[in-house]
Amino acid sequence: MKVLVTVKRVIDYNVKVRVKSDNTDVDLANVKMALNPFCEIAVEEAVRLKEAGTADEVVVVSIGPKACQEQIRTALALGADRGIQIETEEAPESLGVAKLLAKVIEEEQPGLVIMGKQAIDSDNNQTGQMLAALTDMPQGTFASEVKIDGDNVNVTREVDGGLQTVALNMPAIVTTDLRLNEPRYASLPNIMKAKRKPLDVKSPADLGVELKAHTKLLKVTPPAERQAGIKVASVDELVEKLKNEAKVI
Amino acid sequence: MVRESMEFDVVIVGAGPSGLSAACRLMQQANETEQELTVCVVEKGSEIGAHILSGAVIETRALDELFPDWKGMGAPLNTPVTEDQIFMLRNEEASIKVSNILVPKTMHNHGNYIVSLGNLCRWLGEQAEQLGVEIFPGFAAAEVLYNDDGSVKGIATGDMGISEAGEQKDSYIPGMELHAKYTILSEGCRGHLGKELIENFDLAAEADAQHYGVGIKELWDIAPENHKPGLVLHGSGWPLSDGASGGFFLYHTDDNQVVVGLIVDLNYSNPYTSPFDEFQSMKHHPVLKQYLEGGKRVSYGARAITKGGFNSLPRMTFPGGIVTGCNAGTLNFSKIKGTHTAMKSGTLAAEAIFEALQNGCEGGQELQSFTDKFESSWLYDELFRSRNFGPALHKFGPILGGGFNFIDQNLFCGKIPVTLHDDKEDYEQMLPASECKPIDYLKPDGELSFDKLSSVFLSNTNHEEDQPIHLKLKDETIPLNRNLPQYAEPAQRYCPAGVYEVIEEGQEKRFQINSQNCLHCKTCDIKDPAQNIRWVVPEGMGGPNYPNM
Repeated sequence: MKVLVTVKRVIDYNVKVRVKSDNTDVDLANVKMALNPFCEIAVEEAVRLKEAGTADEVVVVSIGPKACQEQIRTALALGADRGIQIETEEAPESLGVAKLLAKVIEEEQPGLVIMGKQAIDSDNNQTGQMLAALTDMPQGTFASEVKIDGDNVNVTREVDGGLQTVALNMPAIVTTDLRLNEPRYASLPNIMKAKRKPLDVKSPADLGVELKAHTKLLKVTPPAERQAGIKVASVDELVEKLKNEAKVI
Repeated sequence: MVRESMEFDVVIVGAGPSGLSAACRLMQQANETEQELTVCVVEKGSEIGAHILSGAVIETRALDELFPDWKGMGAPLNTPVTEDQIFMLRNEEASIKVSNILVPKTMHNHGNYIVSLGNLCRWLGEQAEQLGVEIFPGFAAAEVLYNDDGSVKGIATGDMGISEAGEQKDSYIPGMELHAKYTILSEGCRGHLGKELIENFDLAAEADAQHYGVGIKELWDIAPENHKPGLVLHGSGWPLSDGASGGFFLYHTDDNQVVVGLIVDLNYSNPYTSPFDEFQSMKHHPVLKQYLEGGKRVSYGARAITKGGFNSLPRMTFPGGIVTGCNAGTLNFSKIKGTHTAMKSGTLAAEAIFEALQNGCEGGQELQSFTDKFESSWLYDELFRSRNFGPALHKFGPILGGGFNFIDQNLFCGKIPVTLHDDKEDYEQMLPASECKPIDYLKPDGELSFDKLSSVFLSNTNHEEDQPIHLKLKDETIPLNRNLPQYAEPAQRYCPAGVYEVIEEGQEKRFQINSQNCLHCKTCDIKDPAQNIRWVVPEGMGGPNYPNM
């Protein structure tokens, strides 16, 4: 079985995100970029399926400018077999991404698609669901456990208030949650090998998709800065302040 | 478990200016002569440049030699220095602008560039990769490997996935042995493997004690009307006092940004000195405040520098390798610049090693040819001429020492026929707390000055939580039993990241090491009066994530 994994290049989770002074967007100049953590979990899950003998090929796909090849190489170093980059200047919207991926699925015919549930930059949590709709494939989102059972995949989902397990016919789409696995470290020899693994570059035109913008980013503002706290001398003072200053009781 | 190993011709530890220059020069020579050569660079930071912090105003001499067409190749040197200003800060309000005529000419910056050294290293890394170098960020060189005959065989990267208690976690992968015919140690100031090699091969036997400073730096977005691209400010004086010396810098780079920093010499004597608080106070001086006011701090970091210069420079070669750059101490203190010298020492190492390999050398030799090349290079000449600069300031103070330096540099071009020595280790200078006065530092105002924790936050530093503490105490009782009563445990103050804390819980006192905050500056390894703290590498990827620092 072939497993298709999607990966996204995002601002590193260790970096303190700053907004541009003109409020047009997040400032990405000189900022460290990395593989979206949920995508990393998706790669790990696919590689584990391959190691267990369930999958025989893991293909990673990313969409973006040439720099996103770095994240594809990271995924290849973790154990994926080959990469596909769909070259776009701008970051397409979720629907555009889903349309591009639908075409890749048509070409690659994977048995299973594993994606991160969302990217930590825009936090949309849409692409997996849209892709399922476009391809008419069943979806198991927010997975904390993925078990292949013949032609089915059983996905344990993290839902409000507990866990839900769904059985999906394959081919299917799974989106990962944080507890699915703990990704491995790439080893040095694997990083070297990853440099020589095949990586195809395609354009949206190659896939016959025209990207359209349906939304417009108006303004990005940082959250209001938290005021410094104060120490109160007594419970009475606290109650007084909660009542009259904060007006919460 | 037996570690896997990989073989290379040359392994380089540290992707800074020195290591990357060496890597580029090695492959340039190999490509020119169509020779097979395998060169590998390991870097503990999560990416190239993540741990690089420097002013920086750089002289391009070494870069001109390495990549004559660096401009055409898009090297990130965008801001030529347009004006030099030097100030003596007399107190919190007053300052004297020093006339350019009275400044040692080594301090003039005409023809130099204001850069982000992090971005320059990122660019050098790209060049190295294109030339065929294998670079591995996120892998920390944790140990030196030796051959049976005692020569250096390479290094081993650290194990990943060890818990704080020392047990293997699920994510465990053992380190790799990287064997090489020659190993270049370019870890920067006080690199922990370089330190081991300098000790093991007694490389500093004939050198004076090494001297250090800790540089603390911030990057600011400032109001466009205050921004003067190319303007370079240097100076000294207030608020440093009580036996502490050092100098500040403020450079106007591009994009309405300035970098501001203070280097505090680590030979200060009052254990109550806090380089961090000195720096925070200093920003309130009108000379600096005029530019920073209304601006916003973007990033923060700190790094020690090696500044002993010529007299303190150890032998740089040992059987099987070479120590280069700030790891050895090639910084030119009279210019307050170490980038071009670090780069040059790296390219010289590359040339000596390549020559040896081409002559069929199987590795493991001590390369006298490096020393010959070094001694006949401009680097040696430059370091020789500035040999008195630091010792004069240490011995005679900023006024008389500065006068000596003016005469030495401007009238004798550094060839004054005397050599001053300063042979006392920085950590030995600390006086008992009982003989010193606590220093009452300014409380941060949240506009110009800040506390340590919010500062460390801006360094984007991160370490995997569950791992062994990488700041090793040789004797765990010393902080509370000796350093606290004698020196009021100065680690609480010299560490610019708040790693060390003495916590009182009722009657009990506890010494806490917040190793997750560590900025890898190495000050603790240098300044602890008991020399009890050993800085070792944490798990690869850990540490700061500096942007364009």
